[in-house]
Amino acid sequence: MSGMRGLSVFISDIRNCQNKEAERLRVDKELGNIRTCFKNEKVLTPYKKKKYVWKMLYIHMLGYDVDFGHMEAVSLISAPKYPEKQVGYIVTSCLLNENHDFLRLAINTVRNDIIGRNETFQCLALTLVGNIGGRDFSESLAPDVQKLLISSSCRPLVRKKAALCLLRLFRKNPDAVNVDGWADRMAQLLDERDLGVLTSSTSLLVALVSNNHEAYSSCLPKCVKILERLARNQDVPQEYTYYGIPSPWLQVKAMRALQYFPTIEDPSTRKALFEVLQRILMGTDVVKNVNKNNASHAVLFEALSLVMHLDAEKEMMSQCVALLGKFISVREPNIRYLGLENMTRMLMVTDVQDIIKKHQSQIITSLKDPDISIRRRALDLLYGMCDVSNAKDIVEELLQYLSTAEFSMREELSLKAAILAEKFAPDLSWYVDVILQLIDKAGDFVSDDIWFRVVQFVTNNEDLQPYAASKAREYLDKIAIHETMLKVSAYILGEYGHLLARQPGCSASELFSILHEKLPTVSTPTIPILLSTYAKLLMHTQPPDPELQKKIWAVFKKYESCIDVEIQQRAVEYFELSKKGAAFMDVLAEMPKFPERQSSLIRKAEDVEDTADQSAIKLRAQQQPSNALVLADPQPVDGAPPPLKVPIVSGSTNPESVARSVSQAYGTLSSIDPQTPSPDLLSDLLGPLAIEAAPGAVSTEQHGPIGAEGVPEEVDGSAIVPVEEQTNSVELIGNIAERFHALCLKDSGVLYEDPHIQIGIKAEWRGQHGRLVLFMGNKNTSPLTSVQALILPPAHLKLDLSPVPDTIPPRAQVQSPLEVMNIRPSRDVAVLDFSYKFGTNMVNAKLRIPATLNKFLQPLQLTSEEFFPQWRALSGPPLKLQEVVRGVRPLALPEMANLFNSFHVTICPGLDPNPNNLVASTTFYSESTGAMLCLARIETDPADRTQLRMTVGSGDPALTFELKEFIKEQLITIPMGSRALVPAAGPGPAPAPPVAQPPSPAALADDPGALLAGLL
Amino acid sequence: MGIRFILMVNKQGQTRLAQYYEWLTLEERRALEGEIVRKCLARNDQQCSFVEHRNYKIVYRRYASLFFMVGVDDDENELAILEFIHLLVETMDKHFGNVCELDIMFHLEKAHFMLEEMVMNGCIVETSKANILSSIQLMDKAH
Repeated sequence: MSGMRGLSVFISDIRNCQNKEAERLRVDKELGNIRTCFKNEKVLTPYKKKKYVWKMLYIHMLGYDVDFGHMEAVSLISAPKYPEKQVGYIVTSCLLNENHDFLRLAINTVRNDIIGRNETFQCLALTLVGNIGGRDFSESLAPDVQKLLISSSCRPLVRKKAALCLLRLFRKNPDAVNVDGWADRMAQLLDERDLGVLTSSTSLLVALVSNNHEAYSSCLPKCVKILERLARNQDVPQEYTYYGIPSPWLQVKAMRALQYFPTIEDPSTRKALFEVLQRILMGTDVVKNVNKNNASHAVLFEALSLVMHLDAEKEMMSQCVALLGKFISVREPNIRYLGLENMTRMLMVTDVQDIIKKHQSQIITSLKDPDISIRRRALDLLYGMCDVSNAKDIVEELLQYLSTAEFSMREELSLKAAILAEKFAPDLSWYVDVILQLIDKAGDFVSDDIWFRVVQFVTNNEDLQPYAASKAREYLDKIAIHETMLKVSAYILGEYGHLLARQPGCSASELFSILHEKLPTVSTPTIPILLSTYAKLLMHTQPPDPELQKKIWAVFKKYESCIDVEIQQRAVEYFELSKKGAAFMDVLAEMPKFPERQSSLIRKAEDVEDTADQSAIKLRAQQQPSNALVLADPQPVDGAPPPLKVPIVSGSTNPESVARSVSQAYGTLSSIDPQTPSPDLLSDLLGPLAIEAAPGAVSTEQHGPIGAEGVPEEVDGSAIVPVEEQTNSVELIGNIAERFHALCLKDSGVLYEDPHIQIGIKAEWRGQHGRLVLFMGNKNTSPLTSVQALILPPAHLKLDLSPVPDTIPPRAQVQSPLEVMNIRPSRDVAVLDFSYKFGTNMVNAKLRIPATLNKFLQPLQLTSEEFFPQWRALSGPPLKLQEVVRGVRPLALPEMANLFNSFHVTICPGLDPNPNNLVASTTFYSESTGAMLCLARIETDPADRTQLRMTVGSGDPALTFELKEFIKEQLITIPMGSRALVPAAGPGPAPAPPVAQPPSPAALADDPGALLAGLL
Repeated sequence: MGIRFILMVNKQGQTRLAQYYEWLTLEERRALEGEIVRKCLARNDQQCSFVEHRNYKIVYRRYASLFFMVGVDDDENELAILEFIHLLVETMDKHFGNVCELDIMFHLEKAHFMLEEMVMNGCIVETSKANILSSIQLMDKAH
């Protein structure tokens, strides 16, 4: 290894280790060795350092923690010689991530390398930033990187890296690339001759276009040109031809970029593209050479996606389906896999379903392929192509496959079969058959949702009840049945078993004995269901059967002292109830119909789909900008929702409160229970003291029967309980006030985040107009419902929020544009009243919208000739106001200048002869004032930085006042960070900003938004 | 985002090269590599070169004792990645002359240099073998 003997020896040692333990010992020894050497920095030559750092990388690659020496790796970056520097760069980007503190230390060296003259250093530095650069880099480096990318004096080897480096910076901070200035440059870049630069520029384009295709529409014809150059003219240097195919990777990328434009309007561009596509579709032959074959088919499959995306003429589409039909039956497994995958994508295109259906038998064959990858694709395709016409065939195939499918696929398979059966059932008895078969074959993989759903169907369809009961009875004859089957059979027979009474083996006592013989083997949650069924059987036996009654009572007696509360309670209550004659009948009467609701299964399936493969394609199809581009990284939240702050159920271990909540929630108490639910229940629960303040009407002596309908608890939970509206707070992620303050100074970022949702914001300002987009991303695998977003505008802003959908699907992001117009100067803030429901929890947040005064300012730098005449023209109050401000946060002058610049009040250096003073200018836009020049002068006291004199002037008295107050707020408050001690937001109002300025009294009186903003 | 990681693993499941283009903790990497290797090594020649794993798609190719595995986003063009692996192998071949596992093992740094020239931030930068190898040749000459 380039002369690093020690390293080779170490690698050999590792290689010769007989087992993992020996390897670990050797690694530990080496780590100890390196650690000691690093401690004695004095004796460490760059060569040795290099050697040790490679060893660290090697150890890291083997999967061992290397938690030291990072500093040494980073320090090599500043080595003067190439070999050391290179190692420093490469190892740093392997060992560290963007949030690592050491990386910040290197930022200057990296920058110097990028702007320096040494090409090889430039490449190294650009690659590091491209691989692990974070926001810090994005802010300080984007202009330099852009310059390199478009520089005509820069060689391609630097520029291709600059392109991907810029891509990284853009992903970290979309503001790093200014759309207006960059779109033309991007289009020029696509004229590039060098294929390396072109390949990386096309990747950059894909990212930019996926975020905003409109801005880059001039790149569209350029992509077509690239394709013509490669696929038609074969105008490519030899070294970029791969097995005779002109750079297949660039062809694929260019076609990918085209898929982010919704349509191609220009007829000649469209024609040119279709000619190329036609050429690819027709001209791709199967050849012997595997590599050539793969490469040409890579291009072909991308062309297919593009054709589908463009929704081409019918003839071309059927050509595509025909090709795919051929692919799914070839022997080559890769092509078969891709054929199935692309056919699934094709389902989204209308008009082709019928042609795809012709291939159904071939697809079903693939469901039995020895390769699980292919089977998965086939399953997805069958699921997607299923409709009323073929549901029976497909579902039966799925059921058959279920018995042999591997465990990793069974849950998905059974869920999909259940959904298809429900969605496309030609008749309901078939649906019941399917679900029961499903439970029978794969009970372990059938979630509770599936059997709850079948119960709902049977309950709501009288015609189905006798059939379901007899089917349930049949399954009970099997020797071993799955517990889920027992649950559903018991439930159905309890409700509808009496409908079978005339059939042999179906009398109440026969049903009881066949169910009861299974009881000893079941788990605890099933026993309550069986007890309910027994009670129902007893109730349905008219005239009463003393023999059966004796048996069932014995069971109830037995469980009367059961340690499980649920079982004990049911046993006691059913026993008492069953002695009450008519009342017993009343309480245990047949279950009422369920309200119609969206199938929880279908909801769940949407989750599955969204988390699985479809999402990316959907994303592309819908032209949604990727989440990741706008917001920080959306973290998937799996598992249980985090603890709620208001402990709604904390009292429920107390039987009394269970009784109360259960009876009230069910709301169907019969004559036995004189208790009526407190009409104030909801408000009690909503009140902050809900738990402590028990409604007085509930007597502590009350022993009312609970859940007396004898319905399995689980079914209640999912289906009948009226949803309790609970206003709850959730744990917030991040501090709302800090997020707001940060957004006052920048135009995109996160406004609000909790475990369920992230609201991001992106804004563009032009004069008095602003266009904000709210990005609401559901982080969960279940939908957020009752989503509401209401804008409470202050008097000076006109706000128009596009409607927000009521539901945000799982893992989906919705966007809502918000148009803002500034009518007159004011510092008041608009408030977004946002709420949603997750499960049964209502979450509400009032969020200040960062449409603050400074957003309507446009930076403006004046020369002294421009400044002073204007300044003198403003004679004094009310157009020019002066104030001595005390309690100013001490800032060095350059920092203060930065602060001013950050809110678009531009410092004009050198205008004021006194170096302790700052002079600044800006333009304010509103409807009443138009574009209005504002001037300001700050006189600081070098002896006391906590005070200063400020003079602000403009042509409008209100503007002068508001701007002066605004600047004052900025100077005496700390705009962001370091105030994390503000208590975390509770359910209602967000925490107050560090120093709240009362809004102007006039606005306060008549304006609810201003009022609220003031309260915030 | 494209390519998320590139792994080279031998038949015994030992990692010979790992390059990630997204940050995973050591535990996550160990778990991921273990799962993927188990899945891919269990497959035979008659099966396709794509394995779906968690939210990745693994495109893999076997050369003698060595498996090259590339984790990509779900909507990446699989065949393009499959041939990119071959391009990588050809590039290594060109440099080492009939590359083998030992070459990669003992010249880890060269393998890294080549990857660095070919992939950046999960995107393909360069596909010309001559251009990829030019910087390495420059260094070799300097020695």
